[in-house]
Amino acid sequence: MTSGTGDGTALAIDLAGVGKAFGGLTALAGIHLSMPRRSRTAIVGPSGGGKTTLLRIIAGLVEPDTGLVRVEGVTAARQRLGRCALMPQRDLLLPWRTALDNAAIALENRGVGRAEARRRTHPLFERFGLAGFERARPAELSGGMRQRVSFLRTLMADKGVLLLDEPFGALDSITRAQLQEWLRAAMDAVPPTVVLVTHDVEEALLLGQRVVVLSRRPGRVVTVLTGADGFRGSRRQIVTSPEFVSLKEQALAVIGS
Amino acid sequence: MKNTMPSATQLPDLPELPVPAARGRAARLRSALRHYGPPALIMLIALGLWELVVRLAHIPEYLLPAPSQVAADLAADWPVLAPALLVTLWEVLLGFVIAAVAGVALAVLLHLSPVARRAVYPLLIGSQTVPIIVLAPILVIMLGYGIAPKLVIVALICFFPIVVNGIDGLRSVDPELILMMRTLDASRWAILRRVEFPAALPTIFSGLRIAATFAAIGAVFGEWSGSSQGLGYVMLAATPNLLTARIFAAIVLLTAVALVLFGVVSLLERICAPWAARRSIRD
Repeated sequence: MTSGTGDGTALAIDLAGVGKAFGGLTALAGIHLSMPRRSRTAIVGPSGGGKTTLLRIIAGLVEPDTGLVRVEGVTAARQRLGRCALMPQRDLLLPWRTALDNAAIALENRGVGRAEARRRTHPLFERFGLAGFERARPAELSGGMRQRVSFLRTLMADKGVLLLDEPFGALDSITRAQLQEWLRAAMDAVPPTVVLVTHDVEEALLLGQRVVVLSRRPGRVVTVLTGADGFRGSRRQIVTSPEFVSLKEQALAVIGS
Repeated sequence: MKNTMPSATQLPDLPELPVPAARGRAARLRSALRHYGPPALIMLIALGLWELVVRLAHIPEYLLPAPSQVAADLAADWPVLAPALLVTLWEVLLGFVIAAVAGVALAVLLHLSPVARRAVYPLLIGSQTVPIIVLAPILVIMLGYGIAPKLVIVALICFFPIVVNGIDGLRSVDPELILMMRTLDASRWAILRRVEFPAALPTIFSGLRIAATFAAIGAVFGEWSGSSQGLGYVMLAATPNLLTARIFAAIVLLTAVALVLFGVVSLLERICAPWAARRSIRD
């Protein structure tokens, strides 16, 4: 497991005073956040609030203008890149690869032969409810199935940190609700630290143990709430429960202010 | 909403597999007719008018042969035309393959190295202002009467659209795809091989198709500048003898060469990039 320790810190991600500007626009300002190993954090905020930029900074794809980023004890961008896997907003599956080969691409990138990469990915295909679609092309899959392949592809990278950038943003609300429930269960079986970005408060509360609320640009941490992670029952039972509704009201009040 | 929520790992997510409707022979014929019918009809009308004008106006064959005379000559002169066709076909194919390999290789190189791109790209554009055709006599002086100068001219003419389309295709890859690949441990080479090159294939093939239509022109100019065989040479030799029908017959064969090359490239595209071909067929 890549999230194995040895660096003497219990924190998976530590952001200290992170800021980033593009041209004259300040996307992020003074972000202080820390996320324990194997925690699940949802970051919610208005569109254009620098949420995607924050994920890219954690991943080491973008360097911040100010502040320090530490991921599993390392700070250099290249090393951070080695410890994070990013699931983009759109599924971005490669149309020239089958569903199975798309999911297995991280293994191939690491030099595993194609046959072996397929063999190792295949068991997870069944667990993810994708059995029978190994050889399907992305164009032949529904939007929900494509997102599941995309999530599996990110998982197969075997990184300590999973960064999910609005993973269900492009889906219709019914598929979205199904996948939220699915991801809740799937994440329980997943070792890595998860950071999920969304503009949907309900999604953030459902999927995060903690919910970080970002402000409008420049993005700052407004508050950190407790998510509905421990709630039991089906998604519908949870989102209609009085506790969840009051959490949601709390969050919306903060965002609206 | 249903009462039973789906369990975590077995979502009743109905697959939306596009089942290709089993099309009957008649339907396929109708579709082919819709596709090829109109251009075939216009072609037939044009040939008919040509035939009619030549016959009614009593135009002598050495000025403008009728389509029927060209067809008759094609059959009668076949012993002369067939070996010439083979020579030209070989020049076109070989020159095209050289241009394709060199062009795609240069496109990849210029894509990988921004420094090389800045250094070479302006020269590449500038080279297009030199009419390659006027280089033909010089190349004959330098390389002799053999196949070499023809290959160089064919390759030079085909090279440019292949390189430019190759660079455009490699550059037009969704940048988010590349970011995603980088977080999945992809090396520069892995990104090129697994993402950029396949993504660029449809654009590369557009360049190859354009080049395929130019290749025959290159071979003819090469032959005109100095040779003793090939379709270009046949045309040149027929001119002082006013064998106009033979010239037209050679033109028909040259067109056929270009069309066959175009067809082969299109076929290769469907084999190498079926995901893109499927899209373009629907258009």
